[in-house]
Amino acid sequence: MKGKAIPVLIVLGIILVIWYLCTVWMNAAWVYDQAGRTGRTVGFGELVQATMVQERPMLPAPHQVAAALWDGIAGQAVTSKRSLVYHGWVTMEATLAGFALGIVLGVSLAVGIVYFRVMEATVMPWAVISQTIPIVALAPMIVVLSNTLSLGEALGLENRLVSKTIISAYLSFFPVLVGMVKGLRSPDAMQVDQLATWNASGWQSFKYLRLPSSMPYFFASLKVAIAAALVGAIVGELPTGAVEGLGARMLVASQFGQPLLMWASLFAAALVAGMLILGVGAIQRAADRAMGVRP
Amino acid sequence: MKDTLNADAPVIEAKGLNLTFETGDGPVHALRDVNLSVERGEFVSFIGPSGCGKTTFLRCVAALEHPTGGSLTVNGMTPDEARRRRAYGYVFQAAGLYPWRTIAGNIALPLEIMGFSKAEQAERIERVLDLVELKGFGKKFPWQLSGGMQQRASIARALAFDADILLMDEPFGALDEIVRDRLNEELLKLWAATGKTIGFVTHSIPEAVYLSTKIVVMSPRPGRITDVIDSPLPKERPLDIRDSAAFIEIAHRVRDGLRAGHGDEV
Repeated sequence: MKGKAIPVLIVLGIILVIWYLCTVWMNAAWVYDQAGRTGRTVGFGELVQATMVQERPMLPAPHQVAAALWDGIAGQAVTSKRSLVYHGWVTMEATLAGFALGIVLGVSLAVGIVYFRVMEATVMPWAVISQTIPIVALAPMIVVLSNTLSLGEALGLENRLVSKTIISAYLSFFPVLVGMVKGLRSPDAMQVDQLATWNASGWQSFKYLRLPSSMPYFFASLKVAIAAALVGAIVGELPTGAVEGLGARMLVASQFGQPLLMWASLFAAALVAGMLILGVGAIQRAADRAMGVRP
Repeated sequence: MKDTLNADAPVIEAKGLNLTFETGDGPVHALRDVNLSVERGEFVSFIGPSGCGKTTFLRCVAALEHPTGGSLTVNGMTPDEARRRRAYGYVFQAAGLYPWRTIAGNIALPLEIMGFSKAEQAERIERVLDLVELKGFGKKFPWQLSGGMQQRASIARALAFDADILLMDEPFGALDEIVRDRLNEELLKLWAATGKTIGFVTHSIPEAVYLSTKIVVMSPRPGRITDVIDSPLPKERPLDIRDSAAFIEIAHRVRDGLRAGHGDEV
């Protein structure tokens, strides 16, 4: 752990230094502009100080973002519409729902592709094509369509959650599909022959050999899928004036000129991503232990 | 089912067996006109260079390949039927243990597939672990065992469900000489203890001569049998029997057979 921490801290330090330099550089114009109107000249020390405390900076300083983030997380009741915990939860809910749906979809399609030759020819090309369409273009259509069809009401859920879940699943099923197809096909000819010598049925060879063999591929794909699911949920919050979720928060902040809030929401999204990835990692370690993976 | 079998009938009988693979470059004669009869309790080695069809023949017996001509019976049945009746255990060149199962779990695998009860599985696992001298290793995972021990575990797995034929496809090919000698000795003991019929594919002349009661010498293109040697060596075989005159004489004959097979190539 110690060996890992030092390089990470060094990189973080370098980023912070560059960020502070950029803050001064990008926010200086406004300071000079203000000073020019009153005919004052600004010294370097004064300039640096003035670039760090603006309310609507071009680029907020790291400590400003940190303060806004802290205020959004700890400074509000978690049920408040100003709380980033509240909005973070809304986004995380859609992410997890989309992730789950994406896993189900990806795994079932993969099983179909591996076992039915005709599905490989029919499903795989469309799965690849689906990922080449920019999700930003597709998201509004999904939102409108699922609202028009009242998919949410039919399921007893909010329409907004349903459309976000679909978008999120749309992005996250693909890595799972690709990983599982590869994983289910990973047993070699000898292992397949061996099961044949025991006269194992198709279901038995799936249960005993193919499924367990695919687990390393599955978990590798989950790490990509969870990130894609979060992106999907946030993108799903951008169109059609969603009022809840980190995506909506970012959009509102950028439209109403609140860069601090925008950056704080962005970092909140990064925190959510971090938590999700840690969660997937923990599940993987538990599975590894259960499957006797060499530590 | 066993009581319906005639005890004197050959366990494996091939008559005019042919197998041709259709490939992009035309047909490949993997086996041509193979005639062989293996009696109950024999230890038969198949030896020959790559492509001579020794593995293919074993795979035909196991119903993993299907001959294109001639007849082949295993325990008086077709190979497919024999497989359904669990006539044989097959040991591959690689141990092929599932890394996510313990050694006991790996041995349990064919038993689970065949529907043995939990209690019977446990009893059989104990027994075969003992047979291959891996007592106490049941709870270990494969990566915790050496290559030789893994291959012993895979033999235990093939023994677990009481098949009376053991087919072994270069089982010790990937192991070093010392481990190999030891496993050969143990295999003979195991064979004597269980009375199984063993089909054993190998590249090694000393291994074939040391282990077998019958040595089948094969040659490639087309894959065929060039010599069948019934070994005069006694059943009791210490390792130093390999220095005896009888042993060397058989080894010579095998070598001559292999050379003759190559001779009509050039």
